[in-house]
Amino acid sequence: MPPLENHDRVTAKIFPHPLNAWYAAAWDHEVAGGSILARRIADLPLAIYRTSDGRPVALADACWHRLAPLSMGRRVGEDEVQCPYHGLRYNSAGRCTSMPAQETINPSAMVPSYPVVERHRYLWVWPGDVTLADPDLIPDMHQMSSDEWAGDGLTIEAQCNYQLVLDNLMDLTHEEFVHGASIGQSELSDSEFFTRHEEDGSVTVSRWMLGVPPPPFWSRIMRHRFPDFAGPVDRWQIIHYYAPSTICIDVGVAVAGTGAPQGDRSQGVNGYVMNTITPETERSSHYFWAFMRNFRLESQQITTELREGVRGVFAEDEAMLTAQQRAIDAHPDHTFYSLNIDAGGMWVRRILDRMLAAEETGGQAAEPVEPVAARRR
Amino acid sequence: MSSGAAARWVDAVVVAVSDVATGVRRIELGGPPAGRAAPGSHVDVRVHTPAGEDVRSYSVVESGGADGRVVVSVLHTRTSRGGSRFMHALRPGDGVRVTQPLQNFPLSVGSARHVLLAGGIGITALVEAARVLRLLGADYRFVYVGRTRDRMAYLAELEALHGDRMRVHVDDEGSPLDVDALVGDIADEDLGRRTELSMCGPIRLMEAVRRSWSDRELPSYNLRFETFGSSGWFEAEDFVVRVPELGIETRVGADSTLLDALITAGADVMFDCRKGECGLCVLAVTEVQGTIDHRDVFLSTAQRERGDRICACVSRVAGVGGEGVLVLGPP
Ligand code: FES
Ligand code: FES
Ligand SMILES: [Fe+2]
Repeated sequence: MPPLENHDRVTAKIFPHPLNAWYAAAWDHEVAGGSILARRIADLPLAIYRTSDGRPVALADACWHRLAPLSMGRRVGEDEVQCPYHGLRYNSAGRCTSMPAQETINPSAMVPSYPVVERHRYLWVWPGDVTLADPDLIPDMHQMSSDEWAGDGLTIEAQCNYQLVLDNLMDLTHEEFVHGASIGQSELSDSEFFTRHEEDGSVTVSRWMLGVPPPPFWSRIMRHRFPDFAGPVDRWQIIHYYAPSTICIDVGVAVAGTGAPQGDRSQGVNGYVMNTITPETERSSHYFWAFMRNFRLESQQITTELREGVRGVFAEDEAMLTAQQRAIDAHPDHTFYSLNIDAGGMWVRRILDRMLAAEETGGQAAEPVEPVAARRR
Repeated sequence: MSSGAAARWVDAVVVAVSDVATGVRRIELGGPPAGRAAPGSHVDVRVHTPAGEDVRSYSVVESGGADGRVVVSVLHTRTSRGGSRFMHALRPGDGVRVTQPLQNFPLSVGSARHVLLAGGIGITALVEAARVLRLLGADYRFVYVGRTRDRMAYLAELEALHGDRMRVHVDDEGSPLDVDALVGDIADEDLGRRTELSMCGPIRLMEAVRRSWSDRELPSYNLRFETFGSSGWFEAEDFVVRVPELGIETRVGADSTLLDALITAGADVMFDCRKGECGLCVLAVTEVQGTIDHRDVFLSTAQRERGDRICACVSRVAGVGGEGVLVLGPP
């Protein structure tokens, strides 16, 4: 679809979500033993559990009979759940395997079973057209489970539309104002940034701040690796977006002038802020994040310190996002206007809108994206 | 998932026809955008036969695209009642009335292991399911049985796509399918009781699998088959039903159902699914002249053998040339 035609939809305040996509539904450790996790993913209530041999399963969380939630039931047998109300059982394929009060089983009795893949420490669910559910489309978050990276993360139940979180992460100039005490600095707004829209539908926003004083968060991390460190740094933020809603940010600082912009990061520290945002409802999202690092891998103390540090930073984002959603809902007649800093977020919106348009026509994929676009401030 | 959507009839146009195997014609229909059909979907087509208009169901082999394309493949059978002759006579540009893709043989993606078994033209019901299982990286086997290689539609493409997940059995090449061995292998494996077998093919093949499946005590819910409407063991014929307590005596025409006839005669009978599945319409039988043709899936074999109840929405009395009589207890 030509960009002009859909432009109004692109700045929607409540952004719809594509269904033909893998969404992180849970951390691997959240679904364990005989538990059944109730979670709404892309507006679909799911009952998520594991079979006896550990395979993850996601069934619609409503019994075929009278729609009682299966998540209130019990895990039974090798791979089954039992409805808490009249005892119907379903296997991992969603087929009913037992109707206690009769001698036969109605062959039509089943609940939808959604494709699930366990990867990068998350369980990914595909809520849309199963014929398109290619596991190769799961975004690249390999740092989460690589031997070369260590770290941990948490989930924020963000009370806002998922696109507001994406907007937030695609433009980090907000750090100066929202995170002034930890990672913010005025050089963020003063430095140049580059937005690249790649052929494969990913978007990259890069920003380098050269010879700047390190903010408190980064000074502390530098001293974990270089105890005597002091002085200015070269700081980078390279934001990688993968459709529909994953953003991995390559962040770090190195001693100023030691060649980091040219590729030599040996005199610095490097982290990856991993974010994948799953729409829950129109106005709420499961925001899964982690902070991974590639130095001092052995130190659980640093892992915990970083996780807690980022938790504090992200709580500031959460407060802003919740307040923003409330203000949006309180001003139904007001529209969004854009700034130059919104380039990354606007590309994300356009890509999402193309995915949605492709789903409307039942087509298989978005039409080829335009040539690489670059914007320079 | 399981067919819930009501059939919507639309006008479609034949876009292309070609032969994909001896006696098998691929027919591409264009029409209102139908989106992508789920695996296990079929379309109903209004066919013209010497006996008049009729409806046939054909599996959707391919679908999707902005133009709402739907592809079916039809085997020409000499014994057909005219449906396949009509379909084979279609030429590009011809108009046909079809339904949107309807789902009655849903693929369930969460099984530990899948076996797909296609006999002859039954392949059309499983092509799409196999493609999806492969895409998802599922544990599956695809067994394709035919009489001669030239009559097996899509064989080369399927072998290329599915590689060693595919087992091909050709009668006249001396490699017919040994049903007991196939089912035995499933039963002997660790995942046996969690393997779902989906089949579509000639009734003799499917009966053999069903027998073997229950001999091996594999769970009945893991055996899925496409029948396009259960047809019963007998042709439908007229019979008389009496409910003495209600003073009802009425005829059930060959084109009506026991349930409809009773309700028309004023009996207050409970029902829901009207497909012989839920068991709400089961009535007590006190006497029968003729044979009860149980067409439901609700009553167990033991319950059928007792002969004391009947699913009024689908089952009938038959085998006596229209002279059948059924006497029921009060509903
Ligand atoms: S609602 Fe689940 S068994 Fe009745
Ligand atoms: S109405 Fe459901 S079995 Fe007859
Ligand atoms: Fe932030």
